[in-house]
Amino acid sequence: MTTPTRKHILRTFVVFVEDRPGVLNRAASLFRRRGYNIESLNVGQTHVPGVSRMTVVVEADEDTARRIEANLYKLVNVLEVQEITHASRIERELALIKVKAPPERRAELIQIAEVFRARIVDMSTDSMIFELSGSHDHIAGLAQVLGEFGIEEMVQTGSVAMSRGAAPPMTHLGRRPADLQ
Amino acid sequence: MAFAKKSDTTKVPMTARSIDVSSEISGPSQIIPKAEAWPDRRGQVLTGSQIIWECLLRESVDVVFGYPGGAIMPLYDAMLEFPIHHVLVRHEQGGSHMADGYARASGRVGVCFGTSGPGATNLVTGIATAMLDSIPMVAITGQVHAHLLGSDAFQEVDITGVTLPITKHNYLVTNVDDIAPTLREAFYIARSGRPGPVLVDICKNAQQDKGVFLWDDGPVSLPGYRPSYIPRPRELDQALALINSAKKPVILAGQGIIRSNASDKLLEFAEATGIPVALTLLGLGAFPASHPQNLGMMGMHGEAWVNNAIQESDLLIAVGMRFDDRVTGKLATYAPYAKKIHIELDPSEINKNVKVDVPIIGDVRTVLATLTPHCTKADRGPWVARINASKGDSAVRDIQTLPDSGKLYAAHVIHDLWRATEGNALVVTDVGQHQMWEAQYYKHETPRSLLTSGGLGTMGFALPAAIGARFARPDADVWVVVGDGGFQMTACELSTLAQEDKKVNVAIINNGFLGMVRQWQQFFYGGRYVATPIRSPDFVKLAEAHGLEGRRVTMRSEVIETVLWAKSRPGTVVIDFRVEQEDAVYPMVPAGADLHDMIRRDSPKATTVSGAPAAHNPIFETGEDE
Repeated sequence: MTTPTRKHILRTFVVFVEDRPGVLNRAASLFRRRGYNIESLNVGQTHVPGVSRMTVVVEADEDTARRIEANLYKLVNVLEVQEITHASRIERELALIKVKAPPERRAELIQIAEVFRARIVDMSTDSMIFELSGSHDHIAGLAQVLGEFGIEEMVQTGSVAMSRGAAPPMTHLGRRPADLQ
Repeated sequence: MAFAKKSDTTKVPMTARSIDVSSEISGPSQIIPKAEAWPDRRGQVLTGSQIIWECLLRESVDVVFGYPGGAIMPLYDAMLEFPIHHVLVRHEQGGSHMADGYARASGRVGVCFGTSGPGATNLVTGIATAMLDSIPMVAITGQVHAHLLGSDAFQEVDITGVTLPITKHNYLVTNVDDIAPTLREAFYIARSGRPGPVLVDICKNAQQDKGVFLWDDGPVSLPGYRPSYIPRPRELDQALALINSAKKPVILAGQGIIRSNASDKLLEFAEATGIPVALTLLGLGAFPASHPQNLGMMGMHGEAWVNNAIQESDLLIAVGMRFDDRVTGKLATYAPYAKKIHIELDPSEINKNVKVDVPIIGDVRTVLATLTPHCTKADRGPWVARINASKGDSAVRDIQTLPDSGKLYAAHVIHDLWRATEGNALVVTDVGQHQMWEAQYYKHETPRSLLTSGGLGTMGFALPAAIGARFARPDADVWVVVGDGGFQMTACELSTLAQEDKKVNVAIINNGFLGMVRQWQQFFYGGRYVATPIRSPDFVKLAEAHGLEGRRVTMRSEVIETVLWAKSRPGTVVIDFRVEQEDAVYPMVPAGADLHDMIRRDSPKATTVSGAPAAHNPIFETGEDE
């Protein structure tokens, strides 16, 4: 009997780590070594000095998710792991898309930007750069529409995520992976 | 619900878990560090190298195993002022296995040294061996000057990068001021929680520069490190309910028992509940072999009654073991009728291979001690009787009574070694057929009486690990049981033994083949013996070339006499046991087969898996010749 959580789904982990050389390598090495399939990984600073925050999206079932969490906790530099897959959350990716924009089609493109709530951040004689932050699907939708105009370049970040409402405390010393279920 | 109600009293403070296990090691004496009279040099300006040695003294290190080289010369240069014995190894791999053997035999942290580059990479096999078997070890490597890092300088290798997946943690130290706090953390991480190897790579400039030696004796504070967990009352209650109602339970005891010094608690638990105990390879010794509830080793080369008991059981209580594939066989058919309780310190092991019903995350000693008073001794009579009945297939009785046919079988050698050493030896094995025969036929009564590379299965482990064990337990009767193949991988360490004037007894089970691979070729590869016949030097002369003694044994009648002779000699002795060449280890669960689907010894009663060739082994399984 499979429950919905037993299925392989995309899961979002927020991982707080000590800001030290090699920490990203340790986390990435863990995912590689154990064969966990990373969909996206993002690292950046937090408001706390010395603490970085990773957002990792992984395809996994429930048991694997628990082991991912337990294995992350085994890394000495990992302070806190939160799986927010089932939490109400804000999740965003950022994309920059450079699209062919001959003068006669500029108005059309500006309309598209409005529809997608994207920003046009650069314009040259024959191209424009769109900036869009949103969900993976939202960005994919814009890219598909712009494809008809001819995309010259595109770059997209991994996902960053944050649960809604009151922030959980930064470190839960003594809390263990199984308690997060 | 014994625990959920009074959860406050059953909680174990996180910090209360004993970190320094050495205080609980009983038995043979350890070398007493001479550091007590050592002056307190905290606050003084010292070189980085002096600081390293000061740190080792404060961690009660009495011996290090190493090999010098350019990038670690400052550390060696400072060595003579300090009361720590250095063992010059012949290859850094040997040094890492010696540190490992020292740790396994004593429960303390083993320490090895290597220089940068090749010195460091030569440690890798030993570090991985320690990682897979959760052995506390600190490996210190020299590294090129910090300003040369990343320049492909002479003998530069990114050893922290190389060892990242095979260490519990590792460090690169570029500054003298970081040495003391880093080494403190390294020892703490290596021995606490689920132990493991920690590598500290120290740049040459940090060894040479001067700094103030600062050392804090207080607890180590690592915000992201959680060495131990508190068992949850609900889980304990669920486990108790299962234990007290089970009709056909089996305890699966692993190395966690030994690492946690929990053998006495396991004995109390087993006797309070009357539940039979099966052991993993690394768990051998955790429960006395002579105890009536001891079933013996489980898994690929476990006896049939052990594996069948597991397959028929209605409850498995796994304690400090990790359901390795060599233990379970095919997962889909593993213990299909059993509920499973998993008592384990490392949460990442829960549901990794086998889905369990009740995980109890915590120190096995604490958990067993907590559970035992609440267990009721149910009537397991029919279950125990059923298992005992299937023990009629006992192999060991046959060995005792088998007439001497003029040939020598490895089983004879091990069995007679056990008899001649009265079961009191500290045996260190290598990997392969002899390892399994040792596990089957040497009866281990106490923890840390068998040291073997289980997880990584490292050939070449035995001799150097035994040297480490010799330093940890000067009074022990140390025996190396090793194949002719594995012995040649690290035989150079005989020279280390000679230089150190230390005694270990080496029993080479010499069958002229890489025996376990040959066995697989016989069973599964159509008998094509590719690259398994191996020619060896004259091991007796090899011993003599090192200034040691050697003997050759070809007849069973000579075994006990030669073992006793070896024990009587003051120095290291090498015995070349010329055993039957094409003998195989039985029973055997083929890799990936059901645990109950065993290739058995020849027997009028035993059945063999279809397709397997008939076993030509005089050690029959029969219950009738007792």
